Formats: sequence, C-alpha cells, structure tokens
Amino acid sequence: MNPDKVIEKKDRERKPDEPVKKKRKSNSYSLSIGPIHPALKEPIRFDLQIEGEKVVKVDFELSQVHRGIEWIGTRRNPVQILYLAERICGICNICHSTCFCIAVENIANIEVPARAHYLRTIHAELERIHSHILWAGVAAHELGFDSVMHYTWKIREKVLDVMEALTGNRITKGIMMIGGVRRDINEKQVPMVKEALEYYKKGFGKLESIFLKDPVIKSRTVGTGILSRHDGLALCAVGPTARASGIKKDVRQDEPYAAYSDLDVKAITPKDFLGEVKGDVFDRIVVRLLEVKQSIEIIEECLKQMPKGKILHEEKIPKLLAELRNIEGDGIGRLEAPRGEVIHYVKMVGKEAPYSWKVRAPTYNNLLPWGPMLMGEQVADVPIIAASTDPCMSCTNRAVVADGNSEKILDNEAMRRLSVEKTNALKRRLGR
Amino acid sequence: MTTVKLKPEQVVNAFEKKFGEKFSARIETRKHKAKKTVILKRVWAEIDKSQFKKAVEFLCELYPMPHFSVASGYDMGETIELIYHFAIGFGGKLDEFIFSLKVVLPKNDLVLESITDLIPGALISERELQEMLGVKIKGIPDSRRLFLPKEIPKGVYPWRRDSKGLQKLVRNLNEADKK
Repeated sequence: MNPDKVIEKKDRERKPDEPVKKKRKSNSYSLSIGPIHPALKEPIRFDLQIEGEKVVKVDFELSQVHRGIEWIGTRRNPVQILYLAERICGICNICHSTCFCIAVENIANIEVPARAHYLRTIHAELERIHSHILWAGVAAHELGFDSVMHYTWKIREKVLDVMEALTGNRITKGIMMIGGVRRDINEKQVPMVKEALEYYKKGFGKLESIFLKDPVIKSRTVGTGILSRHDGLALCAVGPTARASGIKKDVRQDEPYAAYSDLDVKAITPKDFLGEVKGDVFDRIVVRLLEVKQSIEIIEECLKQMPKGKILHEEKIPKLLAELRNIEGDGIGRLEAPRGEVIHYVKMVGKEAPYSWKVRAPTYNNLLPWGPMLMGEQVADVPIIAASTDPCMSCTNRAVVADGNSEKILDNEAMRRLSVEKTNALKRRLGR
Repeated sequence: MTTVKLKPEQVVNAFEKKFGEKFSARIETRKHKAKKTVILKRVWAEIDKSQFKKAVEFLCELYPMPHFSVASGYDMGETIELIYHFAIGFGGKLDEFIFSLKVVLPKNDLVLESITDLIPGALISERELQEMLGVKIKGIPDSRRLFLPKEIPKGVYPWRRDSKGLQKLVRNLNEADKK
C-alpha cells in the first residue's frame, strides 16, 4: 500500500484538537550509493537520507580499499617505497613518489640538481593535464554527454603518448628517484613535447566551448553542489575544490617545491575567469580547465629555462641506500597533485626502513566538504557533485532505495539514467 | 577572513610566552635551490598533553581557521606520539609554512581531546587515530570506524608495535617480521 495514502487516512481520523503528526518521517528514505558505483571511480559507500528528490543527510563509508600501504612501507627501504608509493594512486603516481622523495631528501639534506627539479616539474604538469582531462570526461559522462567523454579522452591520449615516450610507461612511470629523476629529456624528445602542447592549445578552445559555453552543461552545473568559502576553510578542503570556492591555496605558490620557486605560479580561482566565485560544480570545471592552460604554460617555460647538468644526486643505488640507512629525523613532503595537496610524513631512525610513514592524499580532506555540497540537492545531481571533487576512490553497480518493507533497487544504469534524463529534459526546455 | 600574515618566529614566540615550559619548538630552515634559491621554514613544536586543546585554541586565535593537514602518529614503545600538522598562511608566494604540533601520550592513558569543535575538518584524522592507534579522542562527534575493513577485529590497531598490533593477522605475508 502506498505509505502516503495511509497517512492521509490517519489524518482524516485525527481529532480536531490533536496535534498534527510529523508526516515527513515516512517520506525520508535512506539511499545507499556504492561501494561500487559508476559515479565514483573507486569504492566508497554513500549513505544519503532523502526526502523525495532532496538530500537531507550525508554519510559515507570508506574501508573498501584499505591496503595497508603505510604499514608495508615501514618494512621496506626508501627506494623500494618509491615504487609502492606510485601504486597508491594510478593517476597521481608521480605525485606520491615525488612527495616521498621530497620528505626523505629533507631528512637527509640531499640537494637535488636544478635540472632534476625542472624535470620533476614537467612530469608533474603533464600528469595534471592528463588528470584534469580525464576528469572532464568523467564529468561529461555523469551529465549524459557520452560523445564529449569520448572526445576528451581522445584528446587525453596525446599526453599519455608523451609520457610513455619520456618515461617508458603510460601510468606507473618509475621515473622518480631520491635525489633526482631517473631519465633525462633529450634534444630529440623536446619537439615532440612541444608539438603535444600545441595540440592541447588548439584542443583547448573546443573544450572551453563545450564545457564553459554550452547552455545545458551550464544549467546542470551552475548553482549545483555549492561549497562556500567558509565551509571550504573550516573543513580544510584542498586543491581545485578549495580554489573553486575562492580559497587561493596552491602549494606551488604557497610553499614552492621542485622548479616552482623559479616560476610565477598563481592559484587559479573562478574569479579570474568569471569575475565572481560561487563555489558550485561549474566553478570547479572552470578551475580545472584553466589549470590545464596553466600547466601548458608551465611546461613551455620549463623547457625554455631548463639548465643543463646532472639529474641525480647519487647514481649508484647501493651507495644511496647506505647513505639513507644512517639518517635520523622527521621530514614532510608536500606538493600540489592534480586533485590537491599531497602530504607525506616520514620518520627515519637510522634503520633501513622508515619508522613511520603517513600519506595524506587530497581526497582525504575533500571528503567532508561533500556534506555541505550534497545537502539539499536532488538525487539526479548526486553523481556529478560527488564526481566534481574528483574523488580518488573507485566505481560501479547498484544503489538501494529502501523504505521499510519494500525495496527498490537503483542499479548503476538507473542512477546514471536519472542524471541523463535530467539533462535531456533541460535540452528540450532550452530547445537544443 | 584570513588576512593575518604570520611568520614562523612570531608563532613560536607567542606560544613560548603563553605556555612557557610546557611548549618547546624548533624552526627548521631549509634552502631550496632550483635556479634561484629560496628559504623555506617549518616549525616542529611539542606541547604537554594537558595543554594540547588550549594550544590549538591559541593557534586559532593567532590565525583564524588554520588549515589542518593531517595527524600522523606512531608507537614509541612506552608512549604514543601524535603529530598534528597545520598549514599556516596561504595566498601568496612563500606565504605558507607547516606547523607540526607533537603531543606525547603515555600508553596507560591514551586519551586526547577532540579539536573538531575548533576545526571541523579534523574529524577524519581523529577517527583514523582512534582506529589505527587505539587513542581515545574525547568528545569526538562520530567515533565509528572509517578506514579499516570490518574483518579486522576490535582491539587491533595496525599502527601499534606492541601486542595490540597486526602481528597475528599478517603472519603469512611477505612483509611480516619473521622470527
């Protein structure tokens, strides 16, 4: 029987002086999304309380992919950890290994050659281009623009090719080493990198017109999933999520590492492009796209300025390990990954393996901001809002809408269909 | 909102004045050299357990809404040491520095006050400390597990190096300490 009808009947039977019973209670459903779901690239479970289409409470559960990497790390030597750190995240693999390098270099007072700093910067920025374009594709998919998704991912292939040519691999590149970088960029490779940058400059105009000017995307994203500046600061948001709320926070600017101390990098906020900051999903798209542009400029600048010379502090790994075996102290590595600030804390006590290793990835801090973002939004907007922080956890399958006795299952497709339907309805209304 | 510009020395001096012997700190100065050289500073501070909450309150007075990065922690045998890393100042080139506040907890009294009323963003780290090290956070708004899978029994804390650690669960792994 329809629960609404039951209440109506009860209402009719109510005596005139009896207080009105709370109707809302039976209208509040719990909607559980994930752990496996297409809107989330890695496993996480959302537990949303919804009233009709509106989200009224947000809760989440991680723990599906806890691999104990930090624990394993305290049983390996620093060079072995580099390869473990790369596997923390497939997309930010340069970030984690570089961050660990910086932390250990701080403890050991290793001076990294200037050329290596520039190479690290180039690799980090290539990764940012790759990650942001990948994200743009995911966002398009969530909104129901699958041809846009395929177009953005086609564009992304170019940067993967460049990365493969420079490092030997598309994803886990194994390029970082404590005290420098393992491979140099030679004269022959420079034109190829430059050509790819030109390709992105051209492709950027099209991406811009798709994401920033299309009225349907605008009406789906403007004013959706707002994170205010105050909430962003209080909940310690990082990266593009924080910057889209007007917080000018960027490690490349605030506490430069690698070659960023030579370059003039400024944190990008939507103010630069739109003139105002709303902190909605659209702002997050704007920030990421502008950062792709910024990354292209940074790589060009690096190729121009890069000094010649050594790329490693110590070429012989056993000698390096012997040096690292004797170091004692605490070190922090920080850097700006595509999704935000990464921090590694390392404690060495004069043994082969670190005594403690703490990794903090950007999503760790961008979890809590989901609360204010999703609150009061429609269920159809949940996928794009959840994806708008570019969460680093994974995806696919079913969400269960449970109301007491009956259970309605929203599988992966149904959830996305809601989002796609909303887009199509908007398209019709806008006459496109 | 956060327009206060602070230097590491100012923060350390203010803390020393306020907490006296209960507070100690060293400022790490580092040269970072690419083509140009810049000086980067970091604060490594330690506060007595009894003054921890007051210290965080004082930090929030000095610098409204500090960015809480993460809390790391490790087992030192008799004690457990927690380090709360804050990032102070942002918005311009070389404006920011890390303020790491260490607090030492004896194993027989693993209790610390929650700072989520001052910095709501610290919740995830506090939940992590509870499940990874078995530290009781007093006044935490949500004390459920977050990272550990359900299969790991209660009373096992992965970051511990004593009998409450992971030893029994991982003896078949490559990384386990062989005896």
